Amino acid sequence: MRTITKETVKKQVADILLDINHRLGPSMISALERARDEEAGGVAKAILEDLVENQSIAAEGVFPLCQDTGTVVVFANVGNRLHLPFSLEEAIDEAVRKAYLEGHLRQSMVSHPFKRANTLDNTPAILHTRIVDGDKLHLKIAVKGAGSENMSRVGILKPTDGQDGVVKFIVDTVNEAGGRPCPPIIVGVGLGGNLEKSALLAKEALFRDLDDESPDEDIARLEHRLMDEINALEIGPMGVGGKKTCLAVKVNTFPMHMASLPVAVNIQCHAARHKEVIL
Amino acid sequence: MIRLSVPVQTANLEQLKAGDKVLVSGTLYSARDQAHSRLLKEKEMPLELQGAAIYYVGPTPAKEGRIIGASGPTSSYRMDELAVPLMESGVKVMIGKGDRSESFREAMVRNKAVYLLATGGAGALLASRIKARRLLLYEDLGPEAVYEMRVEDFPCFVAYDIHGGSIFKGGK
Repeated sequence: MRTITKETVKKQVADILLDINHRLGPSMISALERARDEEAGGVAKAILEDLVENQSIAAEGVFPLCQDTGTVVVFANVGNRLHLPFSLEEAIDEAVRKAYLEGHLRQSMVSHPFKRANTLDNTPAILHTRIVDGDKLHLKIAVKGAGSENMSRVGILKPTDGQDGVVKFIVDTVNEAGGRPCPPIIVGVGLGGNLEKSALLAKEALFRDLDDESPDEDIARLEHRLMDEINALEIGPMGVGGKKTCLAVKVNTFPMHMASLPVAVNIQCHAARHKEVIL
Repeated sequence: MIRLSVPVQTANLEQLKAGDKVLVSGTLYSARDQAHSRLLKEKEMPLELQGAAIYYVGPTPAKEGRIIGASGPTSSYRMDELAVPLMESGVKVMIGKGDRSESFREAMVRNKAVYLLATGGAGALLASRIKARRLLLYEDLGPEAVYEMRVEDFPCFVAYDIHGGSIFKGGK
């Protein structure tokens, strides 16, 4: 049985947290550059120019991309033939503590819904663990800001609402959010499962590469339709009007009860900070 | 391109139209939800608000030798109600991101104040325009404490002007 040490996990997670808070992934950078080039002009184009400049200043490592350095979210796929002689939750929280304190990232977590005392080290992370076949540890790590998370929503539709009902729910959610979630946005959709499963699907959909398309043809068509209808709202960068409201829509699905059609919409701002590692 | 120095004289604000790009220089106060609530509970206003500019920001901590960390705007709608009494006490400029309520806009026009949009998520770019800062109030709020910040050519757009115009399209 393969073993990984706590130190290895801690170091990898802390390194990734520092990295993603300062550097966007290459497909996100190209998407912003493409959006800037395609936006006609005026304030919308000026904002996209600012965002391209912002990521290059942040990449120098002095200032994070955004002051909201987020809640840390981790999806961990743990191989059934892998021995982890420690608490994974503890290792990840120690990594968060290290990265956020030593890296001068903002501590945004508060411990109680009403008392709202800051935990002072940005812990706890939100960890989703799955046991899978194999001897590896696959970690998907994101930092998620509140501006876009606050505009996210779960609804349980009637099965007869069908695809049009699903599209309406998602487009309405984005429309009501307007400029608040920092567009241009990426929209993660979870379709199916139940209340909590749909939300997990939507969150995990945000990890897909921007150029990735659903292998299910119907769902791939749905992704394109949603992208077109959202961009037709002309909310534009930061809500000032324009063609570029949304850079990608990713829909993940799961079987569901015959009486339910759950749909979750998780909105991601343009500071789409995530990375994966297999240990 | 319009240059705006803060704190402002009302006359400066008449010329601003929604959609104009504005470079702000001078002194801003940082304040978000919690700081607004506390200011409103003070018996005597501890800040000079006449013509003042408030920036809705909770920066990341400064790295060694730096003035501040990433300093982009937070969503302004959370301060809509709390901002009204501050405008009545003299605040003329608010900087944040996203749209705001009708009642906020009415109060803004009534008080001849403006709301400026800074690019949300451009925390690194905006931080590079902050040249000095000093803690004024509520240190226990951490990133949400009230600081006085000196900015130079801090890039904004006029979101709501004094005449009732708005930059926001679509959505709400």
